[in-house]
Amino acid sequence: MNIPGDLKYTKEHEWMKIDGNTAVVGITDYAQGELGDIVFVELPNIGDTFDQMQPFATIEAVKAVSDVYAPLSGKIVEANAALDDDPMVINKDPYGDGWMVKMELSDSGQIEKLLGAEDYQKLISE
Amino acid sequence: MMSASNTEPIKTPFYDFHVAAGAKMVEFAGYWMPIQYQGITAEHLAVRKNIGLFDLTHMGEFEVTGSDALAFLQKTTTNDVAALEVGRIQYSCMTMPDGGIVDDLLVYRLPDRYFLVVNASNMKKDFDWLQSHLFGDAKLTDISPTTALLAIQGPNAEKMMAELTDYDLGSMVYYSCATAKVGGMELLFSRTGYTGEDGLELYIPYDKAEAIWHTVIEAGKKHGLEFIGLGARDSLRLEMKMALYGNDIDETTNPIEAGLSWIVNLDKDFIGKEVVAKAKADKPDRRLVCLELDGRAFPRHGHDILVDGEMAGKVTSGTFSPSLQKPIAMGYVPRSHAKSGSTVEVAIRNKRFPATVVKPPFYKDASHK
Repeated sequence: MNIPGDLKYTKEHEWMKIDGNTAVVGITDYAQGELGDIVFVELPNIGDTFDQMQPFATIEAVKAVSDVYAPLSGKIVEANAALDDDPMVINKDPYGDGWMVKMELSDSGQIEKLLGAEDYQKLISE
Repeated sequence: MMSASNTEPIKTPFYDFHVAAGAKMVEFAGYWMPIQYQGITAEHLAVRKNIGLFDLTHMGEFEVTGSDALAFLQKTTTNDVAALEVGRIQYSCMTMPDGGIVDDLLVYRLPDRYFLVVNASNMKKDFDWLQSHLFGDAKLTDISPTTALLAIQGPNAEKMMAELTDYDLGSMVYYSCATAKVGGMELLFSRTGYTGEDGLELYIPYDKAEAIWHTVIEAGKKHGLEFIGLGARDSLRLEMKMALYGNDIDETTNPIEAGLSWIVNLDKDFIGKEVVAKAKADKPDRRLVCLELDGRAFPRHGHDILVDGEMAGKVTSGTFSPSLQKPIAMGYVPRSHAKSGSTVEVAIRNKRFPATVVKPPFYKDASHK
């Protein structure tokens, strides 16, 4: 199971790579494995704002549908258009080409609520 | 007695091979079963285009013997067992007095006995049901605990399997069976499946299971045989509009509304006949139909079907069809909207999506014909 040490995680299996006031968001390797083949990703519009842990996207996989939650509050500034043509890139490369959105954070104080790699590892091995 | 949920799931004789092949194992009907290996979509397409191997050991197998076996099966199943010749198989179902479906099953006629294949999730219920209706000298035996089942499915299945048997597979019609040597071991096998593709199903005594597995895998190497999990089995059968018990049919549905009139023979007597005959004569209020949707929201089991904005039925199975590359579903709709070309709506996550009733099967190029 791939859990990069430089990312932050949620209990709902999103990852977030924080760079100053912005962050890239996706779902974890564990999450893509549980969902199986992803067939469609419904992404938010640029400019949409979300509160922490509010669903911002929907993933349709062959087996199940799943909401994706905003790890932190903020505004969508970029969405990964490549997922329209090849949503299974999330299965293949969840932390790289399978990224979902870039957010501008509105409350960096919330970062403390996120899990580090070790805590996330513990969560999924329970 | 302990219920299945309190006991450790059963490992089939192929468990370790699945794990070694990278399968994701899940508990299903009391067994550890592979849900997928490389991924459902790739596995699905491997069966449509070439060949795949399924472990279906969780399925239930019963034998019925005795001089009253035929009369007993005539009473407990809906199809005409008297018309079944030795070496042939028929799809059938068992109904309750109220017409609800106990289970759907395959009935094999062997030279000296009948052989039934039932759904894993209904194995105990079916056995108890059949047992409670036994009469005369008819005898029912559950051979599931020692019977493994492997299915080899796909347009190239015959070519591959011909290397493992001297039996003339070319003479074997769909829904026929034989007992002959496969890989040097005598086995019951049939030209059947749940995918729409050509293929064989091998019923293997547990003590021969490991040897047969290795033989099949070895022969499969040069033919590109791939491992297929239960996930792709579900999407393959759905593309063919083959019903799945617990989804599309259950104790609250009768065979007529489920589109299974073709396996109901009303010229004989069977449990539930009165209600089923009336359902046929009156025409059912609802029908199980095939639905195609556009766009990329997927219908799933339990979603509402709407007609003129009103709740009118439920989706019973749904997925994104790997072959058609569009969302497909089965579900019950009012008779008024059951004709192909009719349009309804499916409610998916608080939004409504138009759906068109289409003629079965969804996938029309399957190799079993």
